[in-house]
Amino acid sequence: MIGLSSYLVLAALVFSIGLFGVLTRRNAVGILLGIELMLNAVNINLVAFARYNGDLIGVIFTLFTISITVAEVAVGLAIVIAIFRVRRTVEADRLDLLRG
Amino acid sequence: MTVETVGFWVVAAVLLASSLAVVLTPNLFHAVLFLAAALVATGAIFLLLAQPFLFAVQLLLYAGGVVTIVVFAIMLTERLVGQRIRQTSRHLVNGAIVSAAVFAGIAGFLLRSPLATLPPGPATDATIAIGRALVGPFAVTLELLGVLLVTALLGALHFARGEE
Repeated sequence: MIGLSSYLVLAALVFSIGLFGVLTRRNAVGILLGIELMLNAVNINLVAFARYNGDLIGVIFTLFTISITVAEVAVGLAIVIAIFRVRRTVEADRLDLLRG
Repeated sequence: MTVETVGFWVVAAVLLASSLAVVLTPNLFHAVLFLAAALVATGAIFLLLAQPFLFAVQLLLYAGGVVTIVVFAIMLTERLVGQRIRQTSRHLVNGAIVSAAVFAGIAGFLLRSPLATLPPGPATDATIAIGRALVGPFAVTLELLGVLLVTALLGALHFARGEE
């Protein structure tokens, strides 16, 4: 029988991998992919808790986070395209307009 | 070894391998394809947790929608073939140290918590209950989500539209 902690450890591993991607990728689209992985790990946690607590709140919250994530990706990629149109690059290191 | 146990380990291996490929492969387009594999594996985890409705939502919205618009964004910002698609990483060691520290923190907290003894709830199909809850106690939240989606749609249109 798979315990709750197995799902939680798996989600923590995926979250750490996504964090690694966010920290190390240079391309803005690559950073967005890492954020996607981290949000997926959170969804795994929510559904696992819902299953093992026997209520539906976690599942409904997961539905909401999935929808919000899709909206976030659409806006984020639109911003990436707008930045590319102006600066001709999507490398995060070269987007330092707000650096003091 | 029950079917659930074997399925969990297989899906977990696929999920971890494709997640690592997402953050490590030098080709950005391949990274998106591996992300699609990771998202489908996450959906399989939802199936193992007795939530087939979430599996369908995951396939439709993530593996269908998100992957498609990411591919479009790559096509608009880089060429799909050629050298420009290659992307490099920086601070690999520092990133690995920070990620490992975060994982160690979470795992240490999990090991000290009494969660492992909880038995799973009944494995019933919760789709009907989800539908009732969405139009019952969560109706206002659902409407707010619709407003958010319209706002995001208009915002994405505004940002991505060229100034003609």
